Amino acid sequence: MSRIFIHGYGAVSPAGWGMGPLREALASAVPIPTKAIARPGWEKPLTIRQVPPPPTRPAFLAHARLRRTSPVSQYVVAAALEAIGADAPEITNGRLRLGVVLCAMSGCVNYSRRFYDETLRDPATASPLVFPETVFNAPASHLAALLGTTAKNYTLVGDPGTFLQGIALAANWLVEKHVDACLVIGGEECDWLTSDAFHLFSRPIILGDGAGALYLKADATAGALAELRCVTDSHLFTRRQSRVQAAQKARAELPPCAGDQFLCDGLQQLPRLDAAEAAAWRDWSGARISPKVLLGEGLMAAAAWQCVVAIDALKQNRHTAASVSVVGCNQQAIGAHFANMKTTI
Amino acid sequence: MLFPSGHRSGPPPRVVITGAGVVTSLGIGWDANAEGFRLGRVALNPVTLFDVCRQRVKIAGEVAMLDSLPSMQLDARHERRLDRAAKLLLLAAHEAWKQSGWTPGADLPVVLGTTSGGMGMGEAYYRQALKMPQDHRRQPSRVIQYQAQSQALTLTDAFGFSGPITIIANACASGANAIGHAWELLRRGACKRVLAGGYDALSQLVFAGFDSLQALSPTQCRPFDAHRDGLALGEGAAILTLETLEHAQQRGAQILGEIAGYGAALDTHHLTQPHPQGDAAVSSMTLATQSAGLKPADIDYINAHGTGTPMNDVAEANAIGRWAGERAATLPVSSTKSSVGHLLGAAGAVEAVVCLMTLRGQWLPPTSTLQTIDPVCTFPVVQKPTPAKVEYALTNSFGFGGANATLILRRWT
Repeated sequence: MSRIFIHGYGAVSPAGWGMGPLREALASAVPIPTKAIARPGWEKPLTIRQVPPPPTRPAFLAHARLRRTSPVSQYVVAAALEAIGADAPEITNGRLRLGVVLCAMSGCVNYSRRFYDETLRDPATASPLVFPETVFNAPASHLAALLGTTAKNYTLVGDPGTFLQGIALAANWLVEKHVDACLVIGGEECDWLTSDAFHLFSRPIILGDGAGALYLKADATAGALAELRCVTDSHLFTRRQSRVQAAQKARAELPPCAGDQFLCDGLQQLPRLDAAEAAAWRDWSGARISPKVLLGEGLMAAAAWQCVVAIDALKQNRHTAASVSVVGCNQQAIGAHFANMKTTI
Repeated sequence: MLFPSGHRSGPPPRVVITGAGVVTSLGIGWDANAEGFRLGRVALNPVTLFDVCRQRVKIAGEVAMLDSLPSMQLDARHERRLDRAAKLLLLAAHEAWKQSGWTPGADLPVVLGTTSGGMGMGEAYYRQALKMPQDHRRQPSRVIQYQAQSQALTLTDAFGFSGPITIIANACASGANAIGHAWELLRRGACKRVLAGGYDALSQLVFAGFDSLQALSPTQCRPFDAHRDGLALGEGAAILTLETLEHAQQRGAQILGEIAGYGAALDTHHLTQPHPQGDAAVSSMTLATQSAGLKPADIDYINAHGTGTPMNDVAEANAIGRWAGERAATLPVSSTKSSVGHLLGAAGAVEAVVCLMTLRGQWLPPTSTLQTIDPVCTFPVVQKPTPAKVEYALTNSFGFGGANATLILRRWT
């Protein structure tokens, strides 16, 4: 069996652009301040945790394809570029076939809302510049255009557990040698429409936005940061299987707590939403972190942040292995396990 | 485990089709569609689902829905809440499932392609959220039914099975990517069977979007015509039950055809316009023929992406010419979008079923609206119902964002 390694990672989060601000936010353990977002027709605004403006304008925004893009495309590109780091020229000059797996739940909701709003006002004047940016695979397409990669490029849609499915897909592409390296990115953007929709199911939930990216290769040498040991099955929430049962099944496929292993979970201190995952991991006695408590419910981006935080801890040799648990919104419970390179080699 | 998972040691298994379901504006089910595609019937009519009075174009391939769905394991309440896209998907899946003779299981992956999931529900949500911001009636259900994973989960509930759900949203290549991905899962040894296909329903947002781009034909959708002026939109779904040959033979299933090859590549030229020479299309057709162990000379028919837009058809024609070389001069090509319009996320899956019909019926479906063949076509374009000997059929699907996918199907005898 071929082994798959993480060679890079990147993040854009409500803490800021890049891994630095995310690390600092997690170390401080102070939730990122919220921001009010107007909801048409309501006096009281909705509350979000949004990515702050970048300290300097990212250079990639000068690219013709990226000048007018939605926030989610910008987050995705920034996280991806941070993840691939020094390999960018190898990809651009065609020496490295880079696959892209982009995962989203809400996708390009800003432009979709704007375009439909224009359509309702008068479809005859709805903007042809806006519509193409509403398509789910626009961010992945922009990223590939920037890097000049024409290899396999999938956009997966689903609940946040889909990000871990995306990791498994990328790993299998690498094993089958369809690509030489693969980016897996989860991204979302805030909008009053999404916050309004979630508000119907949970009043205290605070959505966040951003992106997280992992860069995978089937190569243990030259800068490998951690090994992907497994991605569990996707355990669906169905009429025959509750969230609790699904979460327990995913948990059972991951290694038990041993030594100084680490858990990065998806809890957000909302008891009703957390219940299934909290029950499944009640016996975990090792270190654990819950990034969503500080960053907000970033949906697909949050699942990506969980993985990024786990890899970062392994890279810094704080733990020998890390498990990631994602109990999604309405589709699946799933987990992944990563090992420190010292453990691996 | 999704990873590591079942990587085979020997040669990859052959992947066969044991059930096919299809819904388009030509009708619901194989028979109505086979007859319609064979004759090149045009099923484009005035849009009734939403107001198009302020649009440039006012026709599309709208499906005439049944009053009720066939009997499945959904309760009446669940069924009442389904959106149009889910109903199209269920109709196609019901036909495929019944034909396959499959029984429910706990490890049956679903791979679906869609561009907009339950967009109609999303639109209804938005309209109510603006017009009646304090009124939340029916809004939670709309939020749930809007999401593509809801339609996929409805499938698992309707037929009583479980397994990983993968939803590929690669714009108009999604349906072909879904079938291709399912083919790869089976060849890799990750599973023995997969339910795969694509679906999309007409929605106001998407219709207005294509109209705003002036991509819709104000006259008639005429793929590969020298005077073509755009595409027609349609809606529908197609589902295939795919399994390894060994699995199908062990259970004595009727085999309808074989998926022989798949290729995918990305066109980075522009978000909505293909590279004029069709570079990525050449790559995806080449990868598909390589994976099938074939050469262009082995292909007997191409069901083109053939949207009828000036830019798509010239790029695809150039790509077919470059890929096929001398074979192009005698390689029959047609686009069935002239009959049902462009089905977006369903297009690749429906056109794979059209290829299956071609292989089983030994006929070529015409592009019946074609009047004057564009000189860029170095290949014959099928213009009228044509009997033919077809062993391998190839189908192309290209989408926004540069997603390109090609499937090759083989006749089963």
